[in-house]
Amino acid sequence: MSELKELDIPLGASPEKISRLLADFEDVHGERLMVQMGPQHPATHGVLRVELVTDGEMIAEAKPHIGYLHRCFEKVCENLTWPQIVPYTDRLDYCSSMNNNLGFVLACEKLFGIEVSERVQTIRVLVAELNRIANHFIVIGTYGLDIGAWTPFLYVMQEREHILDLFDRLCGGRLLLNYIWIGGLSHDLPEGWLRQVRDYLDYMKGKIKEINDLLSYNKIFIERLANVAVIPAEVCIQYGLTGPNLRGSGVKWDLRKNEPYSGYETYDFEIPVGRGEVGTVGDCFDRYMVRVREIEQSLRIIEQAVARLEKMPRDDVKAAIPKRFTKVPEGEVYFRTEHSKGELGFYIVSNGKAKPWRVKCRAPSFSSLSVIPKVAPGLLIADMVALIGSIDIVLGEVDR
Amino acid sequence: MTIPEIHTYLREKLPGAGLELVEAHPDPVIRVPAEAMIEVAGVLRDDSELHFECLMCLSGLETAEEMLVVYHLYSMRHGHKCTLKCGGPKGDQVVVPTVCRIWPTAEWHEREAFDLFGIRFEGHPDPRRILCPDDWEGHPLRKDYVPQEKWHDIPLTQRGYGRSREGGGL
Repeated sequence: MSELKELDIPLGASPEKISRLLADFEDVHGERLMVQMGPQHPATHGVLRVELVTDGEMIAEAKPHIGYLHRCFEKVCENLTWPQIVPYTDRLDYCSSMNNNLGFVLACEKLFGIEVSERVQTIRVLVAELNRIANHFIVIGTYGLDIGAWTPFLYVMQEREHILDLFDRLCGGRLLLNYIWIGGLSHDLPEGWLRQVRDYLDYMKGKIKEINDLLSYNKIFIERLANVAVIPAEVCIQYGLTGPNLRGSGVKWDLRKNEPYSGYETYDFEIPVGRGEVGTVGDCFDRYMVRVREIEQSLRIIEQAVARLEKMPRDDVKAAIPKRFTKVPEGEVYFRTEHSKGELGFYIVSNGKAKPWRVKCRAPSFSSLSVIPKVAPGLLIADMVALIGSIDIVLGEVDR
Repeated sequence: MTIPEIHTYLREKLPGAGLELVEAHPDPVIRVPAEAMIEVAGVLRDDSELHFECLMCLSGLETAEEMLVVYHLYSMRHGHKCTLKCGGPKGDQVVVPTVCRIWPTAEWHEREAFDLFGIRFEGHPDPRRILCPDDWEGHPLRKDYVPQEKWHDIPLTQRGYGRSREGGGL
């Protein structure tokens, strides 16, 4: 990170010397200018405004302004009953609804003391990983768009479309799913659905290599990302960056391994971390590449989950759903899950009534975005787009 | 370490801080007086036995009598968690010292708690609203919040809509 310099004019300098020094200084630094990036900017992935103070071609200060999509999710939750909140969590991060459902439902199940069957857990893992892949495809595609590569976007959207079709057959929704319910699932697997997932796994063989050939190891793409916006591991931890952003900085940390839930400890998969293969550990390329590698690992988990489900006898996926939510235990729980964007935490407080007393959603994108004022100074303006794209934010979740 | 162990350990380190262990379902909570918050937070992060380097979540919480800030901490090194609560009675302006110099992630979370609950964080570098517009009236997550009629001539409420029966409203 380069420091911004002040013009140093020696005492008693002649007017000619002063004007020469000024001209030299302005060549490099120029005058300070405030630029509004957003609220409608193609690279902000939603309605985000970043107030940039530029110094020539460099960024001196960056201040994100959020709240354009604010709808007070937490207040609305206080006026809904517990099961009514589940579809509303879909709207937080509309790119990975399953993971949002899962986070909220697991928090409620921990508070209410509900245990679900092994088959329900396996289906939950399967759909959550499918949604993680769909989310990472969007990030990869739109990141290419931000940097200036149009074609890969079309390819990855096509692969993602197959997942949305699978969801469509599963529960009738494509983006907003409301599939995972407190104590179970909304529908059992349709006939032949597992075979279709198997077909998708076969179809995906070799696709990661295609993405790598098309985008990841493209020379222009690497030049734009390598050594840009390096976030050191300790800054990630201080600012609460989690998920692929933290792993991109070389920290081997994944809640699915470190604090397993829903039986993740029984699956065999690895945690990809940033290695600085084309630049420095924690640069934009590492954060991007971690996501590509996570798709491979998610495919591995899906394969294992499908194999288990094929052997399991069908059971009632709604068996553990409570008949009524009018009397629930009092208490408070903070439960976190590994969402596709990082750690999604729900802090729920119950006073024993049908409606929650308080629901706080700790959104991963909210914390990820807060690192921008720390990392952006010293970047070129064009690299700002690379930084925002690489931390993978969805404003529906930031603003709630 | 479990939360009661952390509480005992903290009491030995900081005997004058007035820490209390409050029973709750399913896990107990450590209650910290506002004037001791900075000191306690510093020990929690820097002590090698505790080493809470992650502030997972910071939330505002209104109870029947009090306005509270809830801190959920986690230590990656030791793998233990703890929950702190800090705040004051409702009627007055609740002031809690900021912890954003200890855990920088608190900066935005504290702005959110100020915006939605009206809790003031003393020493905060940027004490503005974060989600609502700067000229918004009231703090929406308070239970007695009544939305303003208009904001810059934009009507915000429809009669009978958005007010729940238990008081408060959308």
